[in-house]
Amino acid sequence: MSIDLDAAAPVPAAEPTAGREGLRGVPLALNALSKKDFASSQEVRWCPGCGDYAILATVQGVLADLGIARENTVIVSGIGCSSRFPYYMDVYGIHSLHGRAPTLATGIALAREDLSVWIVTGDGDALSIGGNHLIHALRRNVNLNILLFNNRIYGLTKGQPSPTSERGKVTKASPVGSVDAPFDPVALALGAGATFVGRALDSDRAGLAEVLGAAAAHRGASVVEIYQNCPIFNDGAYDAVRGPEALVRLRHGAPVLVGGGEFGVVREASGKLALASVAEVGIERVLVHDAHDPDPSTAFALAQLIDSSGLTRAPIGIFRSVDAPVFDDDARAQVRRPRGEERLATLQAHLHGKDVWQVA
Amino acid sequence: MTTLKTLDRVVIRFAGDSGDGMQLAGDRFTSDTVFVGNDFATLPAFPAEIRAPQGTVAGVSSFQLHFAGSDITTPGDAPDVLVAMNPAALRANLADLRRGGTLITDASEFTTRNLAKVGYATDPLTDGTLADYTVHAIDLTGLAIAASDGLGLARKEAARTKNMLALGLISWLFSRAPERTLDYLDRKFASKPTIRDANAAAFRAGYALGETLEGVAVRYEVPPAPAKPGTYRQISGNKALALGLMSAAAKADLDLFLGAYPITPATDILNELSGVKDQGVMTFQAEDEIAAIGAAIGASYAGQLGVTSTSGPGMSLKAEMIGLAVMLELPLVIVDVQRAGPSTGMPTRTEQSDLNLALHGRHGEAPLPVIAASSPGDCFHAAYEAARIAVEHRTPVILLSDGYLGNGAEPWLVPDLATLPAIEPTFATASDLVNGTFLPYRRDAKGARPWAIPGTAGLEHRIGGLEKADLTGAVSNDPDNHERMIALRQAKVDALAVPDLVVKDPDADADVLVVGWGSTWGPIDAAARRVRAAGGKVATAHLTHLNPLPANTGEVLRRYRRVIVAEMNTGQLLTVLRARYLVDAQPYTWVKGQPISPSRFSAHLLTVIAEEAS
Repeated sequence: MSIDLDAAAPVPAAEPTAGREGLRGVPLALNALSKKDFASSQEVRWCPGCGDYAILATVQGVLADLGIARENTVIVSGIGCSSRFPYYMDVYGIHSLHGRAPTLATGIALAREDLSVWIVTGDGDALSIGGNHLIHALRRNVNLNILLFNNRIYGLTKGQPSPTSERGKVTKASPVGSVDAPFDPVALALGAGATFVGRALDSDRAGLAEVLGAAAAHRGASVVEIYQNCPIFNDGAYDAVRGPEALVRLRHGAPVLVGGGEFGVVREASGKLALASVAEVGIERVLVHDAHDPDPSTAFALAQLIDSSGLTRAPIGIFRSVDAPVFDDDARAQVRRPRGEERLATLQAHLHGKDVWQVA
Repeated sequence: MTTLKTLDRVVIRFAGDSGDGMQLAGDRFTSDTVFVGNDFATLPAFPAEIRAPQGTVAGVSSFQLHFAGSDITTPGDAPDVLVAMNPAALRANLADLRRGGTLITDASEFTTRNLAKVGYATDPLTDGTLADYTVHAIDLTGLAIAASDGLGLARKEAARTKNMLALGLISWLFSRAPERTLDYLDRKFASKPTIRDANAAAFRAGYALGETLEGVAVRYEVPPAPAKPGTYRQISGNKALALGLMSAAAKADLDLFLGAYPITPATDILNELSGVKDQGVMTFQAEDEIAAIGAAIGASYAGQLGVTSTSGPGMSLKAEMIGLAVMLELPLVIVDVQRAGPSTGMPTRTEQSDLNLALHGRHGEAPLPVIAASSPGDCFHAAYEAARIAVEHRTPVILLSDGYLGNGAEPWLVPDLATLPAIEPTFATASDLVNGTFLPYRRDAKGARPWAIPGTAGLEHRIGGLEKADLTGAVSNDPDNHERMIALRQAKVDALAVPDLVVKDPDADADVLVVGWGSTWGPIDAAARRVRAAGGKVATAHLTHLNPLPANTGEVLRRYRRVIVAEMNTGQLLTVLRARYLVDAQPYTWVKGQPISPSRFSAHLLTVIAEEAS
């Protein structure tokens, strides 16, 4: 199912995030690491054909390329198929509770500046049971990388509608069709004030690696929605967008074109975004993507270009990457950490307080 | 001419509208009590609403102080003196006032409208309701306004100083030097000279009022109480608990991390620790109770002392995370400042009804140590002990306090950090590798697994909620392994060294033993003293460790013909003791949202003792 996306992509522009602020304070590996160094001894037990395999391989490669110390990498997951991810990575990992990975990850990030903290979660985990934690991690802008594997189904419980399933989804739990309206994770993240929002396809290794690398380099909360195929309970959910003609590739500084470039995104007189024939309107009228725009409204409008019911087209790439105060940095800056005798002496004085009296 | 009479102990209750400044007046009188050298205990009681409708029973806030020339253990039950600032305060508190006790009230508040608001058909000041009490119905509002005459305050503002007028009168009545409170007002209102002067004038007016008040023939004094030599301060339970956590972290050389969500009556722990960020303390106000404990687990995983503080409803929400902490075997302290339940219950009222939840409130076999503080000052030591166990034994520990302990205050012998037991976190290092492999679930002699924190090269490992294979920590569904891991987790908790249960039986010949836990320590001790003063024989024993229980518990219980378990619930410890030791213990239960009344409990005990004797 993999396709050569670069063939369809416009000329690459400048990287949205030039530096590696997201990794500031994290020690580098003493020796160069390869993808293999990140594979644990555990046998990988996802179903044959699961999109998670491709994502695992890509993440292992991305971490090797980042060059940070393996022991300073922590992966926290929730519950679900994707959340088995930490077991397959030879780094520090916690397989936590359903929906709660952001809570542990926030504690880890607050405690330690020298760790690169990653969350692996799914659509049910992040958007249903853990929706509250996700939006709060995003609005606080904790320095975390959140990988949201979206297969639009509950897989580990054998196929129930998830918060990203299309209306009318027929499953064992919705035999005559689900009547739930879906979330779009990108729009939700933008609404929660996320400072880095990206989307990628499981099978598009190069595109996924690029977005993940940028997410790691971003200081603050990065959320990357990864379209991931579940071959057992929701096979082919993304088939329609795997073709080049259905993709809206977002690159900072480049015009937003669909597929081979026949169509482009234009701003109508009303201010809304729409698709138009480039030949008809001219390339100069096509919207140039600005991932660093402090105002998220254009990014939000781009998110609306998704056709979530049938999913026949979807923008991928980096929607937004902006600098904002980082929660864990600011929280740590308020804390002073005296050690040894100084700490004990200060504390002893604090135990006494201001008003003591003596009994002889 | 007044005469001076010496009393051993006095209970005063200040009661009024939520906005009447009763907590302030009570706090101030308590601080003054400290200087006199009395022993004391306090009990603030306030409505769940911040400002309930004025003049209603629901809006009454009160502060009770028990001070004495001898060692006391409770804020007392029946007040000797009641200050009731309005009819609502009288309505809500009169039943508690001791017969013959003194009532001081603001006569100007007894209007037809205010009386009707609280259901008084006739005026209790004149209809004989108060015949059994010494009543001083004074126009406190009018006198307060008159006192600040010339200061240019609006009438309403001037009237607000009536709490100081009442405090002045009480200070006179108990022979307190006025200077200390006047100095306090100078400090408190340094930036607002007019308010300072008005409050001082009201206080002076109240003080002077004593000399001229009709029917007051006696002033009282309560001599200093003997106490163990040392440095003392006044402390509330929540503050002591925060200090205990800080001290444990400092002695262990760990950073302290508190994850919390605001909840009555535990919020002061969050507030307290948020004020000491310059001492290696990080506080995180989470989006909910689950996130609060999740972050604390994350911080512990990263090598800090993770703590979460909450009250009953929060405990229910945290249950799944506590189970995860049991599985991860990481240090974690979970503080439950219990309040009256179920559900939202009575948020500002105390109760001990979360014992079952602490011991059993998780799915699966999920044992963990449970410790309960017994007095406001003991919250320090209980917190220190909970943290020590959590760190050294790699386990979540539930620390039970309650609203009465958290908000109550008493004199506290300031501990010397140097004399507190050492706490050894001992992080795992590369030397823990066995043939080059790290075994995250290999246990030490205590049954504790290694604490291998991220950043340690060579110890990369994965943990989680799935059952672990013994030693390797790999995911395992093996039936025998599961049973072994359950046994290992249980054995780790069972093996904790817990001090023996100490029995207080002065003549060693009592037939009746009272067993308590947590905050019932004070009321039980006070009741036992009354029993003994009345010639009865009673033994008492108090549990601080609820899991594991002291090894001699069964032997102690079997030594007595009759065992009474006194607790502020419907018999939760009772059930545990009966099940564990097959002893026919009987309950004394009290679920009123207030501490057990020593006078009622001692009366009950005397009946029981008489039954045993016959």
